[in-house]
Amino acid sequence: MKEILISLNQTQKVRLQAALQHLDELASQVSSANLAVTVADTIPVNNEDGILKGHGTTEFDGQVVATLCGIVERVNKLVYVRTLRARYKPEVGDIIVGRVIEIAPKRWRLEINFSQDAVLMLQSMNLPDGIQRRRTAVDELNMRSIFEENDVVCAEVRGFQHDGSLHLQARSQKYGKLERGQLLIIPAYLVKRRKQHFHHLEQYGVDLILGCNGFVWIGEHAEPIDSEVLEDRDKIPKDKHRDTPLEVRRNICRISNSVRLLSALGFALSVEAIVDTAEASKSSNVDIKDMLGAEFYVQTAEREVQRRASLLKKKRFV
Amino acid sequence: MEYVSSLTGFRFDGRRPNEMRQIRGEIGVLAKADGSALFEMGNTKVIAAVFGPREVQNKSQQIDNQALVRCEYSMANFSTGDRARKPKGDRNIISYSADHGSKYINTFDASFSGKNLKQIDIFLQVLQADGGTRSACINAATLALADAGIPMRDIVTSCSAGYLCSTPLLDLNYVEDSAGGPDVTVGLLVKMDKMTLLQVIALMPTFFFFCCCICFVLLFV
Repeated sequence: MKEILISLNQTQKVRLQAALQHLDELASQVSSANLAVTVADTIPVNNEDGILKGHGTTEFDGQVVATLCGIVERVNKLVYVRTLRARYKPEVGDIIVGRVIEIAPKRWRLEINFSQDAVLMLQSMNLPDGIQRRRTAVDELNMRSIFEENDVVCAEVRGFQHDGSLHLQARSQKYGKLERGQLLIIPAYLVKRRKQHFHHLEQYGVDLILGCNGFVWIGEHAEPIDSEVLEDRDKIPKDKHRDTPLEVRRNICRISNSVRLLSALGFALSVEAIVDTAEASKSSNVDIKDMLGAEFYVQTAEREVQRRASLLKKKRFV
Repeated sequence: MEYVSSLTGFRFDGRRPNEMRQIRGEIGVLAKADGSALFEMGNTKVIAAVFGPREVQNKSQQIDNQALVRCEYSMANFSTGDRARKPKGDRNIISYSADHGSKYINTFDASFSGKNLKQIDIFLQVLQADGGTRSACINAATLALADAGIPMRDIVTSCSAGYLCSTPLLDLNYVEDSAGGPDVTVGLLVKMDKMTLLQVIALMPTFFFFCCCICFVLLFV
């Protein structure tokens, strides 16, 4: 992860090291000793109770052997290896952000950082006029008016088809084309699955979508459009020529720089952490461009240490 | 020329005949690749980048239930001591790199596991060549593949050995490599105890078999 190259001076180096070491200590207090394995390591199992071999394992010479580098996870009888750094593995119901790479008959193909392209069928997509009906050949010809190549789209994982391809759906107003904003691509493991992946940061007037696949969208807040409102069509063309206000654009950059910073430090992305970082940069009068500089980098690491330490204390009291 | 000092039994660079050069590996050196590694064996330095598993780009190359592994090998013009002359046609480079690439693929094939893999691209670039570039490339590619989270049945390791001044030598450097003696490169699957690569250059005296044995033993250590 060398997205940001920072030259630290001597004191900053020492501070950063101290902070990272502190984080290590905190992490070791919390986690129950999980076994880390590399490729071809034997995973110790008790062969007497039945064992189910999951992802990242194989059998060799009667032993369970890891085929990936990662952490050994055990769920009842199942033993599997969770990789530390790999491409995104979709699960049904995940909210993802992707980029359209191809328009094929009745479907769009999306790049979502998975080992294959995702498919968004025309029929699993709400039509712009909001009416439920059969998709006709005319709709098929007008597909480009919905999404074009290189558009950024938000959708939900619907499931795997029989042939192994991944299908998406976008059957709600909150899904669809994303405009007026920035797309950031970060490692997928930094985004945890939550109940809520759409966030409206009211104080900034910004929408934040944390896609499970590591695509993060930061854009100007757009009100979900009701199908009734849509009926007076004159509204849309006017909308298209509107400029995003400067203040909102600045906010977008500030939020996206906090995302960049947190992912460079390898901290899990949550909306609280992102807003915290953005607020901290504002309150200490750090310019947007200086957010990726050395000083703020170290400060963010130190703030994370404090946050986790206080969390740990709270847990102990409870 | 005396490659092993008859007085001390040491080599040019001060190693014993059965001593390897210092090795160093680093993963995650490139931001945009799915997996990447930098591997050094003494002065030999190789960078490997892995992209994928991703959708097969050329549909006609798709193989059912099998990953399409592509490998591109190139040597930087500045990697050797002598200034490399530019080859006349581009075609030479392509066929050369394709030839080398297929060799690496053969080395790895046995160790890939997993069904729904699509296409995996491995890019190898030699930054400094000081003998044993092939071994270094294989080691670097293994690290990069592990970094990319691609399931593998086993780790492929590789090392070379040679025979000069009637002494078997482990891990030849450039001077020893270009001395014209026989040399052998071995790729091993450590856990499965299998060999994926055995490449011998020049004629081998009977005693040379012993040299291979040393190579094996040291790889296990």
